[in-house]
Amino acid sequence: MASVTFEHVTKKFGDVVAVNDLTLHIEDKEFLVFVGPSGCGKTTTLRLLAGLEELTDGHIYIGDRLVDDVPPKDRDIAMVFQSYALYPHMSVYDNMAFGLKLRKVPKDEIDRRVHEAARILGIEQLLDRKPKQLSGGQRQRVAVGRAIVRNPKVFLFDEPLSNLDAKLRVQTRAELSKLHHRLGTTFVYVTHDQVEAMTMATRIAVMRDGVLQQVDTPQTLYEKPGNVFVAGFIGSPSMNFFDATLVEADGKLFVDGGSFRLEVPPHLAEQYRKYKGQEVIFGIRPEDIHAKPYVPPEIFPAEMRAQVDVTELMGSEIFLYCLTPDGRAFVARVDPRTKARRGDVVDLVVNMDHMHLFDPKTEKRLE
Amino acid sequence: MIRRVETTLAQVPLHLILVGMALAWFIPTLGLLISSFRTQDAVLSSGWWTVFRNPFLAGQFTLENYRAVLEAQGMGRAFVNSIIITVPATFLPILVAALAAYAFAWMDFPMRRTLFVIVVGLLVVPLQMTLIPILRLYNRTHLAGTFPGIWLAHTGYGLPLAVYLLRNFFAEIPRDLFESAFLDGASRWTAFTHILLPLSVPALASLAIFQFIWVWNDLLVALVYLGGTEKVAPLTVRLSSLVNSLGQNWHLLTAAAFISMALPLVIFFSLQRYFVRGILAGSVKG
Repeated sequence: MASVTFEHVTKKFGDVVAVNDLTLHIEDKEFLVFVGPSGCGKTTTLRLLAGLEELTDGHIYIGDRLVDDVPPKDRDIAMVFQSYALYPHMSVYDNMAFGLKLRKVPKDEIDRRVHEAARILGIEQLLDRKPKQLSGGQRQRVAVGRAIVRNPKVFLFDEPLSNLDAKLRVQTRAELSKLHHRLGTTFVYVTHDQVEAMTMATRIAVMRDGVLQQVDTPQTLYEKPGNVFVAGFIGSPSMNFFDATLVEADGKLFVDGGSFRLEVPPHLAEQYRKYKGQEVIFGIRPEDIHAKPYVPPEIFPAEMRAQVDVTELMGSEIFLYCLTPDGRAFVARVDPRTKARRGDVVDLVVNMDHMHLFDPKTEKRLE
Repeated sequence: MIRRVETTLAQVPLHLILVGMALAWFIPTLGLLISSFRTQDAVLSSGWWTVFRNPFLAGQFTLENYRAVLEAQGMGRAFVNSIIITVPATFLPILVAALAAYAFAWMDFPMRRTLFVIVVGLLVVPLQMTLIPILRLYNRTHLAGTFPGIWLAHTGYGLPLAVYLLRNFFAEIPRDLFESAFLDGASRWTAFTHILLPLSVPALASLAIFQFIWVWNDLLVALVYLGGTEKVAPLTVRLSSLVNSLGQNWHLLTAAAFISMALPLVIFFSLQRYFVRGILAGSVKG
């Protein structure tokens, strides 16, 4: 058990800056998820922590210990690879025992730990098999088991679910969360899938082009994204963005998008009034746009009209891909009872309590 | 159904060619084998295929030829010499090449690429160019005519190809496996012995077969560095001198030839399954 600290960590591959001045403190027992599109530096960050890459600049601490020059095997960490990296010529038992044998753990202790880990993961009956005799899900468990037996201070996961089918992924997600509670160890997890991040993390670190964008709880990232990138990355379907202007009329503040005008709720108008007259990026999530007949109670409604371009029935909801009268595309996630077909003009209600405003130049959130 | 007939038909010419090639190699060998069991009179008076008229006729086959060749003609001693030469001359280059290939594939050191290109470049140097300088060196260091001398020579000649093949094979092993081993606490040496070597058995085995057969069949290098003295001469050297001394004694020559073929056949058939086995299946995602 240990915290992890990145201090001004930079990693360059030639001229390419993979990680740029990352400073981040991960608390003991935290489940921190690095998320971002491919090439954003999240895996490099994890590999730096594992000691598989050398720092270009900065320092990394595990607990209070500076580990910049500590080889991977002495960092007291275990890693689950995306490919699982099971040793193909060894049985499941030997795969899990390999690290303990190298550390000269007594035989009966190895036996005890391997069986305990196998029991936790439900793979006791597989201990004699070779990796190629296992299914993808079973291999993934063995890879996790290999990490558990080592009893490390920090667990590292590099996209461990991306090779599983969708159903198994959902199931394994829950199991990893459970495992985190059970082990009470620091988990550092890398994924490109924001759903994985949202469901498992105690905190999420969003990265882009090697730069840390925002670190916070899933809830806060969703409700108060710090910039346009985070707002667009977290949530599915992505947040809708419109170029708009803040205007005041009759003492009320409005978001004027040209073809629509939406009133800002009074409690938000206070803080946004100082941007009056400015151009802004107006962001609204698809789930905050409702079809008029099915508006939920206790929201601050503002109406707009749009033409339906495509509809996608998901069962529990419908995604409406709409166009504003001046032809700007956005998505609404509406009640499945909504009767809308391609080409229809529909009345939509926007919940302005959940509006987001961003600066068009810096793309930062306006408060 | 029709498609299956079509594909079968399309494969007929291929199979004819394969069967033809197999026969072309097999028939002379079979003739050699049968002749080696026939008496001198029979060999001189009729062709080997005539035995098929009465394949089970007792008395037309004899082991006498083998006895004569092994004892009187010194093939027994030569057989032992061949083993003494071939086993270390197979093992040494593969060991050295495996270590070198591991470094070329998985370690960072200055001039790595350049050095590798030089090693690969040595593949095109004809062996004959090296005979005189090395023999002079051997004479000065008293390695000429000794087993260690020929071990070293074969190691040197075998290395470029072995390093080249093994490096390419090693480089295909997923990086994750090594990194995982390092995280598990493995040193570079442990990763070599516990991960790399077990996974490379197919490559090592096929290389071993090549090197073994090449050394076993080698006449030139043995003749130059060892000479023809009975104490050290391998089968190939002995066999070629038998051709000179027993030119007309086909029954003995065929037996001698078969003795020299026996071990390579055993080696090949015992290791051939590694040629086709893909041990990497299942290591990374399936």
